[in-house]
Amino acid sequence: MLKRIVLGVIAALAVAIVGFGVFAWRPAIVKIDPPAPSAFAPELIARGEVLAGAGYCTTCHTTKGGQPFAGGYPMKTGFGTIYSTNITPDAKTGIGAWSEAAFRRAMHQGVARNGKHLFPAFPYDHFTKLSDADVSALYAYMMTRPAVDAPAKPNGVPFPLNIRALQTGWKLLFFHPGRFEPDKAKSPEWNRGAYLAQGVSHCGACHTPRNALGAEKRDEALAGAPIDNWIAPPLTAANPSPAPWDQAELVAYLRTGVSRYHGVAAGPMAPVVHDGLIKLPDADIQALAVYLADIDGAADRTATLGPALQKAAAADRLNVGSQTLPAARLYTAACASCHYNGGGQPNPLRPDLALNSAVNLDDPTNLIRVVLYGVGAKDGAPGVVMPSFNRFSDADVSALAAYLRATRTDKPAWPNLDKTVAAIRAQGK
Amino acid sequence: MTQFTINGRAVLIDVDEDTPLLWVIRDDIGLTGTKFGCGIGMCGACTVHVGGRATRSCITPISAVDGAEVTTIEGLDPAGQHPVQRAWLDLQTPQCGYCQSGQIMQAAAMLKDFPAPTDQDIDATMSGNLCRCMTYVRIRAAIKQAAAAMGGKS
Repeated sequence: MLKRIVLGVIAALAVAIVGFGVFAWRPAIVKIDPPAPSAFAPELIARGEVLAGAGYCTTCHTTKGGQPFAGGYPMKTGFGTIYSTNITPDAKTGIGAWSEAAFRRAMHQGVARNGKHLFPAFPYDHFTKLSDADVSALYAYMMTRPAVDAPAKPNGVPFPLNIRALQTGWKLLFFHPGRFEPDKAKSPEWNRGAYLAQGVSHCGACHTPRNALGAEKRDEALAGAPIDNWIAPPLTAANPSPAPWDQAELVAYLRTGVSRYHGVAAGPMAPVVHDGLIKLPDADIQALAVYLADIDGAADRTATLGPALQKAAAADRLNVGSQTLPAARLYTAACASCHYNGGGQPNPLRPDLALNSAVNLDDPTNLIRVVLYGVGAKDGAPGVVMPSFNRFSDADVSALAAYLRATRTDKPAWPNLDKTVAAIRAQGK
Repeated sequence: MTQFTINGRAVLIDVDEDTPLLWVIRDDIGLTGTKFGCGIGMCGACTVHVGGRATRSCITPISAVDGAEVTTIEGLDPAGQHPVQRAWLDLQTPQCGYCQSGQIMQAAAMLKDFPAPTDQDIDATMSGNLCRCMTYVRIRAAIKQAAAAMGGKS
């Protein structure tokens, strides 16, 4: 009897495994000879360049100082480090042997040319929304880049998570393939913005919290999340900035990297703006702003701007004259020379800290990172820098953060600042 | 490798990316008008302009200025005749002089944002520039004189 049960279980398991294998199996798509660049119309390549900018492909597919699109960029996930791959048209180590059908399958379904399932570190869960025409344009652009011989680095994902077939299960649970469906109740501009944001620009990949299996929580879309040791702020009405993120500020931020009321694009957002979105025409930036301003409910918050500016101006005057509180003295000596606005309209290059996102977020990480490591001339506001105050002790940085939180906002104090500063210092830049 | 311009001249510097800009300016480029004071961004003696903004060079890693335009006291005006420098000379502002290139760079940048600075504006934006000789009273007067010469009224 027992033998029968055991055999039965084994048989059932075998059937299940074989069944799953069949279900998970994707055929390889035949290799092609890399197409000649002249095979693609210049207009198509140009359109692909804009889309590659909108998707800031270089950011993840290029290492620091490496050849563009040659891969090797480490992405630290909760499941181990995954290295981006070479997407130049090199036949051996890149995607030179990929036909357009293979490229399309990767973008829309997350399957490599050889039939292996891709890890969702590659945001195919967003790229699935791309139109066929846009995938063709991206293919034309990628296949006309210089080919680079750069073999993929082995991923640090441990067994059994590295079994690619298991990705089918993930896809079954969390992946919703399908092209973007416009919302007919909204304007064409809104829909263009939504198409870019949800698709190629994959905003949710950083700004949406993920579940234990690394999938974006669909019911918390764009609600803000930690990413690469930074905080991607909420893009919804839950955004805690005192000034509304309206269209004008979103356009300024996404176009130039600076919003006078919210601060600059730093950390992982800096290359999105300065290396990626810079390729987009103004009309697309405007469309993104229309969509995002709708998502964050800016129209309902216009009345908050005036009082927020008044409060900020009052806080700005706190540090004029002699100071007795140690943190206030620190601020006056180290920060005010750049961050003081004299009670007038905030100068975008003198970021007003009462209005600044980093000071108003629930988590002090972004503020501490910027204080410790500064903002380079290629990030934030182009051409100018914030120095790196990493010679300040943990106690001084935490006192400064606590002081700003208390005097510039009406939000609750950040707990355990000392430990947080030490932890962020330990993470490094 | 870090590439930037200093006083209009393009330079390519190969040092560790955490090297402070101040060290590169003084030791590699050889411009010694910019001074080392505290080394932690708390005294202002090392102030230069990066992209036209007053910046403490002792705590600015060289990697941060890649692609930027840096101006030191030597490049503020080709003839040393920037209105702030003229006011400084006119009122004999310095005493020992050590902090003064930082003071002048800070004041010159500040006047772009506050062309007619009030005492409050001067206090807020200049408090990070220390002077152990206590020339603060003359610094304030020189800033106002420079502002007037530049067309602002305070």
